[in-house]
Amino acid sequence: MIKLRRKVYMTAGYNTISLGTGRSEFNPKKPRPGLEHYIKEAGQGTLKQIGGAKNVDEGAIGNFMASRFNKQGHLAGFIPYIDEELEYKPSIRTEGACASGALSLVAAMKSILAETADVVLTVGVEVQNTMKAIYGADVLAGAGWFQKRKNGHAFFFPGQFSDRAKAYYEKYGMEYARNGMKQWFINAVENARLCPTAQEYENKVEDLGALYDKMIPNGKAFVDSINVLDCSKVSDAASAIAIMSEEGLEKCGIPKEQAVEVVGFAQVERNITNDPPDKTELTAIKKAAAQALESAGITIDDLATAEVHDCFSIAGVLTTEALGFAEPGKGAQFVADGNTARSGKIPMNTTGGLIGWGHPTGGTGVHQAVTIWEQLTGKAGEAQIEISKDRPYGMTINMGGDDVTVVAIVYKKGDI
Amino acid sequence: MNYDERLQNVSVLGAAGKMGSGILLLTAVEMADLSLKPENKGKTFCLNAIDVSHEGLAGLMKYLKAQIQKMAEKKTVLLRKLYEDRSDLIENEDIINEYVFDVMNIVRPVTAIESAYDSHLVFEAIVENLDVKNKLFSQINKNNTHKPWFFTNTSSIPIHILDEGAKLDGRILGFHFYNPPAVQRLVELITTDKNSAEMVDFAKAYAKSLRKVIVPSNDKAGFIGNGHFMRDALHGISEVELLSSNMPFVEAVYMVNKVSQDFLVRPMGIFQLIDYVGVDVVKFIMQVMNPHLPDEDLHSDLLDKLLEMGVKGGQKSDGSQKDGFLKYERGKPVAIFNPDTNDYVDISSFAISCDEKLGALPQSWKPWKAVNFSRDKKEAMLETYFIELNGIDNMGAQLAKKYNKQSNKIGELLVSSNVAKTIDDVNTVMLTGFFHAYGPINNYLKS
Repeated sequence: MIKLRRKVYMTAGYNTISLGTGRSEFNPKKPRPGLEHYIKEAGQGTLKQIGGAKNVDEGAIGNFMASRFNKQGHLAGFIPYIDEELEYKPSIRTEGACASGALSLVAAMKSILAETADVVLTVGVEVQNTMKAIYGADVLAGAGWFQKRKNGHAFFFPGQFSDRAKAYYEKYGMEYARNGMKQWFINAVENARLCPTAQEYENKVEDLGALYDKMIPNGKAFVDSINVLDCSKVSDAASAIAIMSEEGLEKCGIPKEQAVEVVGFAQVERNITNDPPDKTELTAIKKAAAQALESAGITIDDLATAEVHDCFSIAGVLTTEALGFAEPGKGAQFVADGNTARSGKIPMNTTGGLIGWGHPTGGTGVHQAVTIWEQLTGKAGEAQIEISKDRPYGMTINMGGDDVTVVAIVYKKGDI
Repeated sequence: MNYDERLQNVSVLGAAGKMGSGILLLTAVEMADLSLKPENKGKTFCLNAIDVSHEGLAGLMKYLKAQIQKMAEKKTVLLRKLYEDRSDLIENEDIINEYVFDVMNIVRPVTAIESAYDSHLVFEAIVENLDVKNKLFSQINKNNTHKPWFFTNTSSIPIHILDEGAKLDGRILGFHFYNPPAVQRLVELITTDKNSAEMVDFAKAYAKSLRKVIVPSNDKAGFIGNGHFMRDALHGISEVELLSSNMPFVEAVYMVNKVSQDFLVRPMGIFQLIDYVGVDVVKFIMQVMNPHLPDEDLHSDLLDKLLEMGVKGGQKSDGSQKDGFLKYERGKPVAIFNPDTNDYVDISSFAISCDEKLGALPQSWKPWKAVNFSRDKKEAMLETYFIELNGIDNMGAQLAKKYNKQSNKIGELLVSSNVAKTIDDVNTVMLTGFFHAYGPINNYLKS
């Protein structure tokens, strides 16, 4: 268990829009901004809030597969591209599939904890709309073990989570499960409509539930047990946030109430060559979340909100169980009852999460941290939820692969 | 010879043409899928793409690659199963690329007709000219020892005439795809008494495998599709001739085109359709059909005049529309041809006054696209629309009612003259092959 020996803060978050289907700016036939654009926009968005690049000691950038989506490796070299004052400063790129973003947060926090830096600019980015979905599926399948690719589904990850959904249906009932998944989808879109950068911001479907019900999973068209509304979006986006020590905040002139403090975190790794021990459980998330909460010295009852990794709606449902909000098999009910909605017991993914806001794979971990920072410091605009004084904590869960790399972080507002 | 064996060596004549390239694509994919079946391992499948134009064949290969790739991307789940035993093909991209190669690898683009001498099946999609067809069929038939079957894509020449002309002993049938063959689901199947049951069964099985809708048509010139289209076009032209005694020619074309599209809720106006098919092609088809129709005169001086002036319509090799009756910008009509001045007149210069003359569309009017794709609501939408149209007496409504009545008459004629076996067959051809929202034999116009 990690006990933080120095205070670690996050502040000055910034999200680009999440571009892809759903956004009116998106036209697959027209040229779009590239990887560099997103890194620069997000990085500069954060630098502007912290007094510029001169205050930055290090850079960290999380990205999953630019090497294939954009034929671009060596992303740390783009940190100085954000601002010339970052030239010749240390920079690192992290990769852990869809948890790449949170790994960059971890790398930055470790620099703070090691006292080698007071201010680390952290960026997460992915630009995925460079190819058709059928080829994008190949790239994303890299988050699994390549030895299993041959026998996997054409849409490899939707196939994996379709199998998880199927196992859950078989154990607890399909209609019951899909009711929970449906509500997860509805919450995601409704929350995204409150966040101008979200991919589903402009979604105008009146009856989301009816739309969901109409799309019965069909293995001939897609995968057997989930539909496309159960899936996160294919997104181009970047997010950035500054990670600082107390000295860093002072140097940048940022008051603590403008920051969140990281009060605990955990990172776990499950053997990628093994199938999940039980398809109806997310064991790595369960362990990471428990460790992070212990590290923070709190329980789930102290959480005001959580950003969880709903790459698929079934993952959202299973995460409510892995975190302990619901008993095994009761997650679908928990969600269907509205407990994770923005007015519910534990609002989750308040700007839409991966299904509503978007899922720029390697950027998602940073986006989650930005959302929690916004919520706990009152900067979430239309999407703002009430944070009560007796439950002041937020949490992020970022998952890479099929419950393989998981980072869980617990936050509270910087001045309390 | 079973289905797979029949398709082991096939030739397409006119493979680089508009219809030929589509037939070639569908056949190449069908043959490749057969070649990938375990029981056909080790057998060589060969599809000769025969055309007179090297340039056309080069374009064909490009078209094929792009189309096959798109098809492969859509059926990757199935392809992953087909290539299950290939441990070297792991990612979707590997599998798609291999499939594209496997299909392309079947196709032999050639200009030499001799390539067809080894084929068991010959598709023909060359120019609509009896003598040229006869000459090629005879030559292949004489030199090919396999007694090949000939599937002609003719849309107008009676099959028995081709059969007799090339002395094929019943080894020819009409297998009429609609344009473009890769998209249009309709195939008109024209058989004769001399066809063997085996050949007809094969044709049906082949169409089914291509997921085509077959409509049988009797062996009468023009069959069902052109039987309707040519007469429908002539009606449009005669309406223009009538109207242009009172108004400029271009305005008459505009109005009849608008009536036949908007007022009749069709996918395109009659003159746009003539342009799409090609003014030249329409004239040729009428020319071919006319001698077989003693009671009618399928001919238009106007079409002759346009062709003399070099106005042909049809499509460019990239699929975009060439100018004909109408001039097109990004696929949309913008001007209309005036034969008196040999020039196009901008539609915007007279559209408003013409629209005023026609009068308003019924309030319940919705464009064809909205009606045709609203599935279970379509019938009700059409019914409401036509009830309203029937109650309106403006010029547009009058022209539309007359037009629909004529279309109705043509449909009934096709049945009574024994071109079509049933009313349903006529309607299916117009619904499937011409994408009409309703068949010509309908009850929408009662009066």
